[in-house]
Amino acid sequence: MKILVAIKRVVDPGVRVRPLTDGSGMDITNAKMSMNPFCEIAVEAAIRLKEQQVATEIVVVSIGTQAVQEQLRSALALGADRALHISTDSPLEPLAIAKVLHVLVQQEQPQLVLLGKQSIDGDHNQTGQMLAALCGFPQGTFASRIECKGDEVWVTRELDGGLQTLALRLPAVITTDLRLNQPRYPTMPNIMKARQKPLAVIPLADLGLDLQPRLQTLALEAPKLRQQGVMLSSVAELVDKLRQEAKVL
Amino acid sequence: MRSSNNVSALVLVEQDTSGFSLINLKVMGAIERLRHFVDLEVDLLVVGKDCAAVAGMAARIPGVRQVLLADGESGEHQLPETLAPWLAELSGGYTYFCVGATTFGKNLLPRVAALMDIQPVTDVVAIHSDCEFSRPIYAGSALARVRTGQLTKLLSVRASAFADVTLGESSAAIVPMTPPPAQNMSRFIEQQQVQAERPELASARVVVSGGRGLQAGENFQLLYRLADKLGAAVGASRAAVDAGFAPNDMQVGQTGKVVAPELYIAIGLSGAVQHLAGMRDSRVVVAINKDPDAPIFQAADYGLVADLFDAVPELIALL
Ligand SMILES: Cc1cc2nc3c(=O)[nH]c(=O)nc-3n(C[C@H](O)[C@H](O)[C@H](O)COP(=O)(O)OP(=O)(O)OC[C@H]3O[C@@H](n4cnc5c(N)ncnc54)[C@H](O)[C@@H]3O)c2cc1C
Ligand SMILES: Nc1ncnc2c1ncn2[C@@H]1O[C@H](COP(=O)(O)O)[C@@H](O)[C@H]1O
Repeated sequence: MKILVAIKRVVDPGVRVRPLTDGSGMDITNAKMSMNPFCEIAVEAAIRLKEQQVATEIVVVSIGTQAVQEQLRSALALGADRALHISTDSPLEPLAIAKVLHVLVQQEQPQLVLLGKQSIDGDHNQTGQMLAALCGFPQGTFASRIECKGDEVWVTRELDGGLQTLALRLPAVITTDLRLNQPRYPTMPNIMKARQKPLAVIPLADLGLDLQPRLQTLALEAPKLRQQGVMLSSVAELVDKLRQEAKVL
Repeated sequence: MRSSNNVSALVLVEQDTSGFSLINLKVMGAIERLRHFVDLEVDLLVVGKDCAAVAGMAARIPGVRQVLLADGESGEHQLPETLAPWLAELSGGYTYFCVGATTFGKNLLPRVAALMDIQPVTDVVAIHSDCEFSRPIYAGSALARVRTGQLTKLLSVRASAFADVTLGESSAAIVPMTPPPAQNMSRFIEQQQVQAERPELASARVVVSGGRGLQAGENFQLLYRLADKLGAAVGASRAAVDAGFAPNDMQVGQTGKVVAPELYIAIGLSGAVQHLAGMRDSRVVVAINKDPDAPIFQAADYGLVADLFDAVPELIALL
C-alpha cells in the first residue's frame, strides 16, 4: 500500500518565541526551524509500516516556501521514497492546506494518509480531520497505536477520558500523537542517498484552487505576564502563605 | 454594539462516562459572554444512544430555547464520519455552532467545518465582539486575535477560559429529532475508561502535577496522597507520561489538557513552555523543585527549592 505523509516546517520546539512589538507577526527571523514533531512521528510510523512490508511506497508532501525542501530531504533521508513540494509564499489556513492535500490524494491515490495531530506553531489541530472530510475517508485522530489488518486499519486514540480503539476502513486518514513512536535519526549514508531521491516541485497556482483566507488576523498579542513570585524557605512557610495570603487552602 | 435580527447558536452537548459532561457548563459560559454582543437564541443538541437523561440535564441550562434530542443506534460512540455530514447540514441554519475544545470537539468540529467549506475558530479563549475572538498559538506564547465574517461561525471553546453557568430547574423543551444515518466507515472496537476516583482535571479547583522528578510510577502515590488531602485532581508532565509514571489522560500542556484551577502545585517538573501552555492561567501556582534555576519558578507565585521526597510528605503532614 502507498502512504502519503504531510509534513510541516515549523520553528523548532526548543526555541522560545514572542510576538513582534507591533503585533504584526512572531519574532522568528533566524530562528532554528525543524520538522513539526508530530510530523516526524507520522514519518516514523510510515517507515515502520514499510519495514513490516505493509507499505510499499512512502510519498511525503510539504506546502510552503522553497525552505520546506530541507524538511522534505530529512524525510527522504529517514526512509521516504519520494517528495512533493507544493510551492507558495502565502501562509495558508488549515482548510486551504486540506484542500491542497485533497487534490494530491486524488492524484496519488494512497491507501493511508498520515498527518501530525497538530502543528506546534498554529496549534490548530484541524488539517487531518478536514482532509478526511473532503476525501470522504474515515479518520483516526490522536493515534498512539496503528495496526493494519486486512482492509482495515486499527487505531488507538488518546482521548481526554482514556484510550479508544477504532477500526477504519481503508483508505483512511490518521493523525499522530506523541506516544505513537520514538522517531529515529537519519544516518550519514542515508542523508547522502536522499539527495538522489525524487523531489517534485509543483507551484500552488497550478492546482487551480481558490484558497482565499477566511479569517482575518488582526493582531498577535503577548499573553499576560504573571507577577514575579516569591521564593520560600520551608514547607511550613508555604502552607502559611497559601492559607493567609493566597487564601486557597 | 448588539445586533439582533434572528441570531442563533447551536451548541453540541458533550457526553462522558457520567453522561452530561461538565464542559457543557463552560461552553455555555462562553455563550453568555457572546450574549454581551449579540441577542442569541440558543438551541442545544444531544445526539447519541440512550441519551434522554443527558437531554434532561441540558434542559436545566438557563436561557435555552430548546434541546434537540437525536437518540438512536447510529449515535452510539459519536463517530465523526456519521455525525459530521448531519451536523454540517443542521448548523447551516445557525449563526454559531459551538463545541468544547476537548478531544471530542477537536475530532469533530474540523470535519464539520470542511464539509461546510468554513474555516473554524478553535480553542477560543476570549470573545471581543460577535465576530472577533482570541486563540493561543505557539504553545500560548502569543494570542492571535482573529475576525471571521463567515455566515456560520464555527467555534471550539477552551473550558479553562470561561466561567460555568449554573444549572437551574428544568425549563427548556426537549424536541426529538431523527438521528443521523450511520456511515459505517469505521467500527468502534473498545474504550479503556479511566476510573474517576478523583476530581476531573479540567474542572478541579486544585491540581497537583508531577514530572520526571518523581522518578517512578509508584512515587506518584505521594502525589495522590497530597491530592486526597486537598480534594485535588492529579496531572503530569509529558516526560512523566512518556516514562509510564502516569496515563496519557493526565498530561497537562500544549498537546494535553489545559487547566486553570485556583491552585496548581507543580512538583518535580521543570516548566517547559509546552507544559506552561496547559497551566499558565491557573490563579495561584506553587513550584517545588530541587533545581533553583528550573524555569517553573519563573511561572510560580510561590517557589520552594527542595527535594520533593522530603517536601511533599512534610506538606501532607501539615495540611
Ligand atoms: C511537540 C511537543 C509537545 C509537547 N507537549 C507537552 C505537553 O503537552 N505537556 C508537557 O508537560 N510537556 C510537553 N512536551 C515536553 C516538554 O518540552 C518537556 O520535555 C517536558 O514537559 C519535561 O517534563 P518534566 O518537566 O517532567 O521533565 P524534566 O524537564 O526532566 O524536569 C524534571 C524536573 O524535576 C526536578 N527534580 C528531579 N528530581 C527532583 C527531586 N527529587 N525533587 C525535586 N525536584 C526534582 C529537576 O530539577 C527537573 O527540573 C512537549 C514537547 C514537544 C516537542
Ligand atoms: N504547510 C503544510 N504542509 C504539509 N502538511 C501540513 C502543512 N500544514 C499542516 N500540515 C499537516 O497537518 C498537520 C496538522 O496541522 P494543523 O491542523 O495546522 O495543526 C500537520 O502535522 C501536518 O501533518
